[in-house]
Formats: sequence, structure tokens, C-alpha cells
Amino acid sequence: MLRHRDINNLLPDSLMIPELGHISLILTLCLSVMLATLPIVGAARNNLLWMNLARPLAAGIFVFLSMAVLILAYSFAIDDFSVSFVAQHSNSMLPDRYKLTAVWGGHEGSFLFWTFMLSAWMLAVSIYSKSMPLDFIARVLGVLGFICGGYTLFMLATSNPFDRVVPLAPADGADLNSALQDFAFIIHPPTLYMGYVGFSVVFAFAIAALLSGRLDAAWARWTRPWANVAWAILTLGIALGSWWAYYELGWGGWWAWDPVENPPLVTWLLGTALIHSLAVTEKRGVFKNWTVLLAILAFTGSLLGTFITRSGLLTSVHAFASDPTRGVFILGFIAFIVGGSLLLYALRAPLIKSESGFAMVSRESFLLANNVLLVVACASVLLGTLFPMVYQALTDELISIGPPYFNAIFVPLMGILVAVLGIGPLSRWKETSTSYLWGQLVTVAMLAVGLGVILPLLVTFEFSWMATIAISLAFWIVLSMGRDLLNKCRNKPSLIQGLRSLPASYFGMQVAHIGVAVMVTGVALTSQYSMEKSVLLSPGERTDLGEYEFRFDGTVAVSGPNYIGDEATIHVLKNGVEVRELHPQKRIYLASSSPSTEMAIDAGFLRDLFITMGELKEGNAWSMTIYIKPFVRWVWLAAIMMALGGFTAAFDKRYRRFRVRDAQQAARVAADLQAAT
Amino acid sequence: MKPHRRKRLSIILFIASCLAVTVGLTLYALRQNINLFFTPTQVAMGEVAVGQHIRVGGMVKAGSVQSRSDSLEVSFLATDYANDVRIHFEGILPDLFREGQGIVVEGSVGSDGVFQASRVLAKHDENYMSPEVKAALDAAHVETPGYQQSAAGLPDDS
Repeated sequence: MLRHRDINNLLPDSLMIPELGHISLILTLCLSVMLATLPIVGAARNNLLWMNLARPLAAGIFVFLSMAVLILAYSFAIDDFSVSFVAQHSNSMLPDRYKLTAVWGGHEGSFLFWTFMLSAWMLAVSIYSKSMPLDFIARVLGVLGFICGGYTLFMLATSNPFDRVVPLAPADGADLNSALQDFAFIIHPPTLYMGYVGFSVVFAFAIAALLSGRLDAAWARWTRPWANVAWAILTLGIALGSWWAYYELGWGGWWAWDPVENPPLVTWLLGTALIHSLAVTEKRGVFKNWTVLLAILAFTGSLLGTFITRSGLLTSVHAFASDPTRGVFILGFIAFIVGGSLLLYALRAPLIKSESGFAMVSRESFLLANNVLLVVACASVLLGTLFPMVYQALTDELISIGPPYFNAIFVPLMGILVAVLGIGPLSRWKETSTSYLWGQLVTVAMLAVGLGVILPLLVTFEFSWMATIAISLAFWIVLSMGRDLLNKCRNKPSLIQGLRSLPASYFGMQVAHIGVAVMVTGVALTSQYSMEKSVLLSPGERTDLGEYEFRFDGTVAVSGPNYIGDEATIHVLKNGVEVRELHPQKRIYLASSSPSTEMAIDAGFLRDLFITMGELKEGNAWSMTIYIKPFVRWVWLAAIMMALGGFTAAFDKRYRRFRVRDAQQAARVAADLQAAT
Repeated sequence: MKPHRRKRLSIILFIASCLAVTVGLTLYALRQNINLFFTPTQVAMGEVAVGQHIRVGGMVKAGSVQSRSDSLEVSFLATDYANDVRIHFEGILPDLFREGQGIVVEGSVGSDGVFQASRVLAKHDENYMSPEVKAALDAAHVETPGYQQSAAGLPDDS
């Protein structure tokens, strides 16, 4: 038994501050339970007071979760190793920026941060929704409150980041995983979480629409900016992860079809389908049921990602330590949320009617094709990801599905999608004549194919199917988008005036679609023309790869705040002239004595050179791998363009103008309601 | 047939044909790309056909790593503490490859009984054991010696 005095001795610095964090979580749970019930019941009973509770409760949840995150960060900052999570993921030698960001360096803390992100979205919804009817916003926040409550309960029950190591707190921590001590670790998880969690907002809008039976153009207009922003942030988050894996993991790849990379992609594909389907719902009043279903599915995708990462079911670099109770809890939560929302959907969807029809060849049809292709691609990725789990459950044999499976299915589907993408924007709503499309696109198609055949031949003197098809498809998009832009400006006195008259959302669409062309080019060319070579080099030795020559000039010892290591000097020559000096490192992190490879990269618009160090052999010789990656930057450039397009479309003033008008209407309705009571 | 019915039918046919093509492609691709997982004991007992592309998981046997000083060739024993398999690999091993550490290798067994690895995977988190390695050790009924208590000797509270 420990006496009171001893406990005080054991917790010298931090006093009871982590317990305050724990209490914040408990208060969050209480507020979430209130938010999940009162406003929704209020909306059903038309009780203004209860509905009006939604916004203050959302703000309260945000305040308490911010406190919890700040307290955990504070525990990291003061090296309070009596907190188990801090002891496992930090070390007194860890640089400050990683101490603070180690908050999301492990399961418990990252889940707290995830929930905090949700509360930030809730706060944003409660602020930027002044124009929406009160009953609608009460339901939206109520649904979000329910999700937040589930997360908080999960934290308190199975993964409390504020758990203490009592009585014997370790003198120092185990250190943050060395692979995580990197700039990208500071920005990738928050961005990815922000995007992921953003889809809960879209989900809440969909459920609120089903609950209230209000599923019209106004609903689609409210939802679109939120869906666009969540999608754009998720795009950036995935791209950051890919960029990080590329330069940190050291095998020169930017996408591995890893079981934990796939769920964000699944969510992204569904989100992409959703933002297109929302456009049809807003403009034409069709695809309503489908849009709502996509919103539910996209959110399910994000929950599934959580489940896969945190249950330890799959082998992956991302997998957190496995704990069956966590998996069971999350699975139960998913089953409840998805089951409940699909039940609601089944009850309400038949009542929702389309407002108009459309012809076989019309913009609606092309967007339908977009949705079908994206959902099928998404299903195939999901199948490949979950198949090993199902197979194991059924046969008790362990298997894994390799990247060739994903490439064999995903690449052709995306090829067809890109082909459709070239036609869709030029077609018209309701009905387009085939001859009109033919007239618009026949020259575009011939030009695209011509350039696709000629350009790779001119540069490499070799014919390659992949490069030809990819470059043709890229030009197909760019030229058809250019054609569309010219059509839009044709009746204006000048091009400048024409461009000025176009809405921001149109430019968003243009930028994102040209981003697709950039992506196709980057992915195809880097897959087709990359070169790599593993060699053993003694100081002074040279090796060739492609048009470059690499000379190894020995290593020097280096040291950092929490590591020591060797740094190599490598001179890169092209035609005998030095173009670069590269310095890859091999580090040993002191606290965990784990080695880590810091590759040297010479990044370029048209090609990356990069070198990783293997191990020291006899006579100061080092094993090294050298890579040349043409056009690899285009992959991330494309993602940035798509995200930029998403943001531009979301901030179209059309949505704001609409809101002002609707706000007046909502105010009238509220006044009428008050007069009636 | 009424025009709107015909339209609906053609949309459904389009979707169905898309799905059929995808299902076909998917099943074909799945069959080509399933890598079965084996334990060192299963490989040692000759349960694997020569040349079959598989994965093997186990621990790197202490003192078994032999690497050539003049090339990138390396050879080691993967063990589940019941049986060993000799693994041959040419290339650069991952950072966390160490003796006594769990690894997963991808490749095939040659006619000489040596496993030719095309990839060697080690976990990025030293506290974390891949389910495949764990399954191999469980199958051989071996306790995992001191695995959780790595690094700073923290109590295992999970």
C-alpha cells in the first residue's frame, strides 16, 4: 500500500495536471451525450430551447477537447514520464518540436487528436451555418455529438492517453519511433485526420436530411462546400503521406498499396464520387438517394480506416500495437453507426423523388459513369485490402495480396475514368447530341493521340504503350478542358472579360481536372522510366546509372541532439561535369538504439535522384541504392492542384450569396415559429 | 418499350457490364497475386513447392547472419524456434533487420532448399510484432522471449 505522502513524492512535477486532462475527457463525454440527444429531440418536437443548445454544447466540447490536447502536449513538454503515453513515445533528449507533436505519435494520443479534430469541425459547422434552419443545424450537430461521444467513450474505456505509470515512473522515456522524427510527421497526421474527420460533417448533413426529410437543392448547396473542403484536405493528407513514405522509407516508392494506405484512398474515391454526385443533386435534383448513400459510405470508409489501423488486424508499417478490445469496440461502433444510418436510409430513401429526368447522352450520364467507375475502383481496393482478413477467418491460413493485383484493376478503371473525364465537362445537362460532342472532340482526340505517340518517341527513341496511352490521356484532358474554356468565353467581347464572367467553382473544376492530367503523366512516367541499382562502393569508386555517374568520396561522422551517424559524400556527374553533391546519412537513435536511413534527394521538376545508404562492409565500403525517378514530383503536384481546385470551388461566392438570402428566409421562419408558440 | 424504360435498361446494362468486366478482372488478378504465408517449420517439412511465390515469417536466428564483404549478398536463418530455413538475399536489408528480430520475407524456395528472397520486411516499430511472425511462433508453440519488454524496459501495460 502506498501512503498519500509517497504518491506525492512519485508525482513531483506535474501534480495532478494529467488528471485534469482526464476530467476534460469525462466532461466531453457528458456534453457529447447531451448534444447527441437534446437538440435532436428538440428538432423532432419543435422545441426551440433544446435546439438552441446545439451550438453552445458544440463549443463546450471543443473547449474541453482543446484542453485535453494542450494538457497532453504540456505533459510531453515537461517530460512527465509518469504518464504512460508520454513514457512510451518521448524521451528527454527528443527535440521540442517532436515532443509536442508526439501527441499524435501513438494510438492513444492520436485518437485524442482525431477526436479534437472532430470537435474543431463541429465548431466550424456551428459558426458557418448561421443561414441554415435551426432544426437542421440542431440535427447536424446532434449527429456529430453522437460520433464524438462514441470516440470519447472509446478513449476512456480502452485507450486513455492520461493513464499513469504508478508507482514506479520510468526515469526516461522510450523515445518517439525514429521513423517518425521528421518534418512530415508534424504535418501529415493532422492534415489526414482533418480530411478524414471532415467526412463526418458530410455524413451528419446526410443524416440530418434523412431525419428531416429535407433533401433538395438547398441541402446540396449547404453540403457542397463542406464536402469540397473535406475532400481537398484529405487529398493533401494522402499526398503528404505518399511524399513522406517516398523520402523516409527508402525504397523509392510513393504508393505501396499498403493496407493502411488503402482506407484513405477508399474514402477519397468515395469522396470524389460524392462531390460529383452532389453537383448533379444541386443543379438537377436527381441522384439524391445515391448522394446520401455515398455520404454514408464515405464516412464508413473513414471509420474503417480507424478500425484497420487501430485493431492490429493487418500487417503494415502504420499498425499500432494490437489490442482485441479496441478492435471489438470500434467494430461495434461501426456496426451501430452504419447499421443505424442504413436503416434510416432504407426507411426514408423511397420517399425521396427525383425532380427531373435526363437523356442517355447528357452530363448527368457522364457523371453517373464517373460515379460507377469510382465506386467500382473503390470496391476493388477494399476487396484487396480486406480479402486477407476474410480468408484468414475462413481458412485459418495467412495470405497477402501484392501490388500487382491493385495495379491490374485500378489502372484500367482509372484509364476509362480519365477518358470519360475528357467528354463530361463539354456535354450539357439534360441532353447533348452525339454529333455536337463529336464535332467538339474529334480534333482534340486526334491531337491527344498524336502527341501521345510522338512525344515519348522524341525523348526516349523507344515506343512504350504505357507512356503513349498516359500522355494521350493527359493531353485529352488538357485539350478538352481548354476547348471548354474557349467555348465559355466565345460569346464575350474579349477573353479576359470571358474569364472574369466565369464563377470560381468553374476554375476549381478546371484546376482539379488538369491536376488529374498531371497525375496521369507523373504516375505513368515514373512507373515506366524509373531506374534503380544497389551497389557496393569503396571511397573513390564510381558507378553509372542512366545518364549520370556517381562518385563516392567517403563518410564523416555526424551527430544530432538524439542520434549519431555517418554521412557520405557523393558527387553526381553528368557528361563528366559535376551537377550535384549528395549527402545521405545512416543514423543511430540513442534512446532506442534503432538505426535510421536518411536518404539524400536531389529533387527536380523532371526527375529526382536519390541515394540511400545500406551498411558498412570491409574496407570502408558501403552498400548503397541509387534511384532515378523521372516525373515523380508530378504526382504530388497533381494532388496539390486537385486540392486547390477543391478549395476554390468550396469558396465560390455563389454559396455565400445563397446563404444570405436563405438566412433572411430562416429568420422569417423562426419569427413565425416564435409568434406561434 | 417506352423511352424512359429503354434509357433505364441501357443504364443498368452499362453498369452491369462494367461490373462483370471488373469482377472478371478482379478474380483473375486476385488469383495471380495471392501470396500464401508459411512458417519456417512448414518450409522445412517440404510443404512448399519449389518455385512457388510465398511469404515466410520468423525470427532472425542469432549468429546466423553471413554477409559477403565484397558484394550485397547476405544469408541468414529464419526460425520459429522449432525449425530453421536458410534465406538468401541480394540487396540492402531494412534498418530494423537485426538478429533476434521478427522479419517477413517474400520469395520462393529453390531446388537446393534455400529460400531466395526478393524482399525482406522488418517492422518500423520495434515494439510491434507482425501478425505473421506471431502466427509462426504460435504455431511452433514458442513463447516470445522478452519481445514486449524491448527498448527502455517499460512495464507492458497494454
